[in-house]
Amino acid sequence: MLIQIYFWFLAAVLIAASIGVITSRNPVFSALYLVLAFVTSAVLWMLLEAGFLAIVLVLVYVGAVMVLFLFVVMMLDINTEEMRQGFTRFAPLGGIVTAVIVVELVTVFLVRNTGLPVLVSPTPHPEGYSNTKELGAVLYTEHVYAFELASFLLLLAIVAAIVLTMRKRPGLKVQDISSQVRVRREDRVRLVSMKAEKD
Amino acid sequence: MINLTSYLALSAVLFTISIAGIFLNRKNIIVLLMCIELMLLSVNFNFIAFSRYLGDINGQIFVFFILTVAAAEAAIGLAILVVLFRSKRTINVQDLNVLKG
Repeated sequence: MLIQIYFWFLAAVLIAASIGVITSRNPVFSALYLVLAFVTSAVLWMLLEAGFLAIVLVLVYVGAVMVLFLFVVMMLDINTEEMRQGFTRFAPLGGIVTAVIVVELVTVFLVRNTGLPVLVSPTPHPEGYSNTKELGAVLYTEHVYAFELASFLLLLAIVAAIVLTMRKRPGLKVQDISSQVRVRREDRVRLVSMKAEKD
Repeated sequence: MINLTSYLALSAVLFTISIAGIFLNRKNIIVLLMCIELMLLSVNFNFIAFSRYLGDINGQIFVFFILTVAAAEAAIGLAILVVLFRSKRTINVQDLNVLKG
C-alpha cells in the first residue's frame, strides 16, 4: 500500500515536471524541469528493479546531457519573447492531435488488458540479486556486437560534435605544430659570404 | 503492488505531454529537443515496465542502447544548433529556411 502511494506521488511529480518543461517561458526553467523529470523517472525505474539503468539515467542524462543543454541555452542569446509568439495559435491543433493519441492509447489499454497474464505482479527479486550483473551477463555475450556498435556510435558522436563546433578564426595567434616540425634547415638558415674587411 | 497498466498509462501521458509540447513550442528548437528527450524517456518507461512484468532482461538491454543513441543525438543536435546560431544569429525554426523546404 505504501509503495502504491509512493508510485502515485512520483507519477504526479513526473507529470507536473513534464508539463513544466513544455510551458515554461524561459528555456533554462524547461531544462531544470527536465532534470526533475529525469530524476523522478530514475526513482520510478528503481521501483521496477532496474537499478543499473536508473543510475545510468541520472549519470548520463542529468550529469551530461542536461548540463550540455544548460550550457547551450545560456551560451545562445535567445529572444524568448519572440519565441513565445503564436504560443496559443497552434494550441487547438495540438490539443486535437493530443486528444486523438490519448483516445487511441486508452483504447489499447481497455481492449487488451483483459485477462492477460502480464498483469500479474512479479515477485520481488531475492536479496543479493544484482541487476547490473544480470544485465552485464547478457550484454557481453548475446549482444556484444550491438555493444561494440554502440561504442563506435559514441566515438562518432564525439568526433562529429567536435568537428562541427570547432572553428578557425582568422588572425588568431596559435602555433601550427606540424609546420614547426616540418621545417628544414634550408628554410631558416642562409649562409652569406662576405668579403673580409681590409685595413 | 502497482500493476503494469499504471506504468503504461504514465508513459502514455508523458508521451502525449511531449507531443503537445512540440505543438506549443514549435519555434524554439531547444525546447523541441527537450520534448524529444521526454518522448524517448516515456518509450524507455514502456520497455522497462514490460521487461519487469514479463521477466525478460532484454528489454533493459534495449533501453541501454536507446540511452546511448539518445545521448549521441543530443550531443550532435546541440552542436548543430550552436553552429546554426553562429551563422544565422537565431534559432527560430521559421527563420531556418536556407534549404527552401
